[in-house]
Order: sequence, then structure tokens, then C-alpha cells
Amino acid sequence: MSHSPDTRPLLTRLFEPARLDSMAPIPKIATYAALFFWTLVVVFPLYWVLVTSLKVEVDVDSGPFYVPFLDFMPKLDAWDFMLLQNNTLGPYLNSIFVSLTSTLLALLIGALASYALVRIRFQVKLAAVLTFVLLVVGVIVAVAAFDAPWQLAVAVAAALFALALSTFVKRFRAAVGNNDIEFWMISNRIMPPIVAVLPIYVMFQHLHMLDTQFALIATYTGVNLPIVVWLTRDFFAGIPLDLEESAEIDGASKFRVFFTIALPLVRSGLAATFMLVLILTWNEFLLALFLTNANAQTMPVLVAAQNTTRGPQWWYMSVLIVIMIAPVIVIAGFLQKHIARGLLVGAVKG
Amino acid sequence: MSASAANAAAASVRETRGEWMDRNSGRIMVLPAVIILLAFAIFPLIISTYLSLSRFALAGGSFKLTFIGLYNFRRLLVGAQQYHFLGTLKPLDTAGWIAFAVFLALVLYWLFRFVVREFSVFGLLGRLISASLACGVVLAALATTVTGGYEGTLLTTCFYVLFGVTLQFALGLGLALLCAQPIRARNWFRVVFFVPLMVTPVGVAYMFRMLADMQKGPFAPLSHALGFSEWSWATQAWSARLMVLIGDTWQWTPFMFIVLLAAVENQPREQLEAARMDGAGAWQIFRDITWPSIAPIGATVVLIRLIEAFKIIDMPNVLTAGGPGLATESLTLHSFIAWRTQDLGGSAAVGYLLLFVSTICCVSFFNYVVRWTRRYQ
Repeated sequence: MSHSPDTRPLLTRLFEPARLDSMAPIPKIATYAALFFWTLVVVFPLYWVLVTSLKVEVDVDSGPFYVPFLDFMPKLDAWDFMLLQNNTLGPYLNSIFVSLTSTLLALLIGALASYALVRIRFQVKLAAVLTFVLLVVGVIVAVAAFDAPWQLAVAVAAALFALALSTFVKRFRAAVGNNDIEFWMISNRIMPPIVAVLPIYVMFQHLHMLDTQFALIATYTGVNLPIVVWLTRDFFAGIPLDLEESAEIDGASKFRVFFTIALPLVRSGLAATFMLVLILTWNEFLLALFLTNANAQTMPVLVAAQNTTRGPQWWYMSVLIVIMIAPVIVIAGFLQKHIARGLLVGAVKG
Repeated sequence: MSASAANAAAASVRETRGEWMDRNSGRIMVLPAVIILLAFAIFPLIISTYLSLSRFALAGGSFKLTFIGLYNFRRLLVGAQQYHFLGTLKPLDTAGWIAFAVFLALVLYWLFRFVVREFSVFGLLGRLISASLACGVVLAALATTVTGGYEGTLLTTCFYVLFGVTLQFALGLGLALLCAQPIRARNWFRVVFFVPLMVTPVGVAYMFRMLADMQKGPFAPLSHALGFSEWSWATQAWSARLMVLIGDTWQWTPFMFIVLLAAVENQPREQLEAARMDGAGAWQIFRDITWPSIAPIGATVVLIRLIEAFKIIDMPNVLTAGGPGLATESLTLHSFIAWRTQDLGGSAAVGYLLLFVSTICCVSFFNYVVRWTRRYQ
């Protein structure tokens, strides 16, 4: 039927499709035009960075040159300086190690927590939570305002907490359930890092761990945990119960069920979460700026540091931006088909 | 004999340990997350509260904290730092008052409708908090923008969040709808459109500084031809803000796009085909089928983006360093600058106000919009 020649008027033929699953010429052209325009918007800045990385100071200063070989000679000076003479490798390895480790840690700890929150019923007495918060506030006030030694304050608070648990806490009925715990975990993401960064800085200073990879890994794990819990909870809620139940009847422990049955079933979602958290840690700037100096410096801080007193040195900066994007694109390429699907499941029920 | 008895005892100990692990497996699974969140969120939050209520002073190699109550907050809201946080407020003229009265009437109507239709004490309390924040922000905006005063960091941040997230959602949705058409190379577009998300925000900011350079940037010949070469976007408040907005949008549109595309591709296919058979127009199909099916996902992505948008710092810091004047300074940058001048109490107070504003906005958005889009599920 659709093979018969189209006898409709020309205007109709141009604007209305012949079949339901095809497009008429005019909307089709408009669609491609819009998509190519946005491709240009995305690609041109990146192209400009790539081209700039092949320039030297003169090429940048004496006006815009667009195409290598045609209007300027590409030189590898900036690449040579950044990769061989400047200490770029250190921050680069730091970035790779810190972001991979903290992403995997956040994924493991977050997935464990969200799995437990989906599958096991929790009842935490409200009175216990309130007592705990009051005691923490008490310890901080005692240490900060009255110069009490912190070891003593913590010991006293722990003793008081144990006492409270065994006495009056038991009498109160009110308890927080799984939803409340989950909401609390996720809501931590709303907190702007600038509020938390100073106390974290002081904490690591006291532990003599400033400017170490450990400090960054621990902080990033904490900062990204809420996102992991938020996204993974729906993946776990989506898998059918019977598989896990039959494994438990066979005598497998909850941990075994988690690692051998639940985790493999949600790998799409885990891949999407991994990608998102990896991008967030790989690109994080503010916390790294506070917590690192020379030893544990990461790439975003190094990029920002190229803005010297002589003005920004575009050619060096471009090299750094290019080598920062490259590994993420490779990983995203491998995980690409999981990402959209995983994010979708996570966002549907969020 | 004794050896086997010892073995049995060991086995029973091992077994009970296993049993104990199993009985408490839930707690063991949640505990690491709770400890990390306590250490890196709750504990810092309490310390920051204390900092925001005190004055910090360096004293001979060490530092001293003096408790000064709400002074830091008072200074930002009504005192010497008001120009920085709220802006340089000028008295409203008649048009300003009329605009505010219209907004107030809308808010009151919204509250009235809630009281009449589905009253609950907590619901009303929450709505009163959201309404008073909205009225405060609108009043501050009218008293600065309309009267010719200068906007403070609160309004600048709200501008980035409101316009940035809206623009990113609109663009992401548009691209997703286009990409869902029966076209070739769809996967290729999908991959390319995703790339900006991977560039570090500091890098994006420098990239846009390069591109927007009026003398050496790629668009310099164009601005020369149009007679713009002497003009610089960095010297005027709104063009500088727009630049920050453009950089932020370039970076975050892909996030909206990738999720919305998955949602669009996931809409009910039979309904779609039935509607096409019946001759429904494109707009009708979008309004009645596509939009209702993607709205819950759309609302959740906007919420995620909203949470992150309030934390913006890299883009204004690198692009304009907060200038001209305070024009592009976001709240996080404000707090960071206060920290650099060793006004730790003030820095913590700004951070806390940001926390209040973003919490109220995000919780309001969740309660009024995200829940509403999910009412059919």
C-alpha cells in the first residue's frame, strides 16, 4: 500500500509523513539542522581547546588562528612542557587513584546500605538518636568552649550514651524506620560542601593527614555516598524477591546473597552510578583545593593553578583539559549502553 | 579426645559468630555508611553551627573563638554586610509595590486553596515557610533590580539556579525529543551530546574565557566586524552573569538530555501508535502522552540538578572572579572569599544561609512538584 505513488498535494507531502514510522522532508531537515547545530555547540569549544594545545604563545597572541597547517604551524611545545618538564604526572596519578578508589568505596558502602534499607526492617528509637545528637553537641561545646581534652569528653559521652541506652531510651515508643533513615542519608547531599569543608580541614589537620590521598578519598566517599544510596535503592527495590529468598532457604547469609545475587542483577544501574560518581569526583575542585597542597594535588586544582600572574597560559591549560577528558571518554565509551538505562531506573522512582 | 573437644568448641564459637553476623547483618551493612555520614556531614555541620555563632581571631600562632550569638547572621541580613548578601536595597516605587502586591496575592491564593482543599497542620507550616522565603527573595529582587540598586549574592545564586536549571531542562528535553525521532546516527548524537558533562567545571570556565576573548578568541573577527571589539562582557553585570549561565548550561544540559532521552524512548508505544493512527497532531501527542509519561522522571532530574546548582562556585570564580563588583558572585563563592579573609564566622554564616535556602527550595520542589507528578503512579 505504501509503495503506491504519493498523490497528495506537494505541501502536504512536504510536511506530513507518508507512513507512521517515517518523517516528512521538512521536519526531517529541521531536525537534522537542529541536531547538527547543537553538535557544533558541543564540539567547537572542544576543538578550540585541542587546537590551542598545539599553539605557542605567539600563535595565541597574534590573533585567532583556526586550522592547523593552514593558518598556523602546530607545535608540540605545550605538550612537551606539560608532560615531560612540568610535574603533571603526579597530580594525574593522584586524580586517577583518588577518584577510582573513592568511587568504588562509595559504591560498595552505599550499595550495602541501600540494599539493607530495602530488604531489612529497621527500628531505631528516636530517643536514642536525640540523645546521641545532644551528646555530640555537648562534646563539641565542651572541647571548643571550655578547653576540655577531647579524649576525656568522648569517653564521658560514650559512657553516658551506654547508660541512656540501657535506661530511659527503652521506655519511649517513637522510632525511626527505613524511610526516615533513607531520607536522612539522601538529604545529606543538599549540604553545600563549603559548609562542611572547614571542619573537615581541621579534623584532618588534627590527624596530621592533610595533603594525603587518604583524606581526599575519605571525604569524597562521604560526599558521594548520598547519591549512591539514592540511585541504587531503586535498582534493589526492582529485583524480584524469590531469587534471594530461595538462596536464603539454602542457607546463604545476607552478605552472600548480596554479593552473589543482588549485585550482579543490578549491574546496569551500578555502571550508571559508577560513571556519574566518577565524573563528579574526577572533576571536583573545592574540596581538593582545601585538603591538598603539593603531594596529593589533583588535576582540577592544577588546571586552576595555570592562571599565573602573567595571565592564563591558554596553551598549557588546553593540554591539561585534553588529557583530563580523555580517560573519562574511554570509560564512558565502555559503559555507554548501561548509562541511560541505569539512570532511567534510578530516576523513575527516585 | 581433648583435641576433638577443642575442635568442637572452636566450631561452635565459629558458628555462633556466623549466626551473630547473620542476625545483625542489616546493622553491619548500614553501619559503615552511617559512620562516614556522621564523620563527613553531621559532625562538620555541628562544628559549622558553632563557628557561625562565633568570632574567629588569630592570636599568636593559635586561634581563639568567641561566642557572639547571632551577630554574624544579623550582619548579613540587616547589618554592614547586607549589601553583600541581599544587595543594595532601595525603597520601592509604586510599580514595585504593585508588582509585589500581585505576587503576594498569588501566594495567598495558593495558600488559601491549600487550606480549603486539603488542610493539614504540617502542610500549612511547610507552605508558610516556602511562601515567606519566596516573598523575601522577590522583595529583595524588586528592591534591587527594579529600583536600580545592586543585587547581592543571594539573588545572583537564585538567578543561576532558576534560569540555569530551566534552560538546561528545556534544552535537554528539546534535544531528547529530536533524538527520539526516527533518524540516522542517533547513537552518534547521543555520545557527542554527553561529552560536556565530562569536562571539569574549572576547565569549562577557562574554555569559555578563551572562546569569549574579544581580542584573541575565535569570535574576535565577528565582533570586530560588528563593531563590538571595544566592548567586553566582563565589565557589565548582566552580560557577565549571562556568560556564567552559558558555561553552566553547556556543561549540564547533557545530564538532563541523557535521562530525558531514556524517558522519552520508554514512553508507552501502543498509545503513541494508536494516537498517530487516529490522526493526532504532534503537539497533542506530546501534551497528552509524552509529557505525562516523562514528567515524574523530569521532575526528579530537575531535583537532582537543583541540589547541585545551589553549590555553583567554579564557573563564576574562574570566569569573572565574582566581578564586576559582586555581580557574578554566588553564595558559595561569597563564603569562600569570606574564608580567605579569615572571617571564618562570617563564612560559616553565609554557608548556613545557603544551606537554609537550598534546603527549603529542594524540599519545597519535592513536595509540591515531584510528588504532584507522581500522583498517578
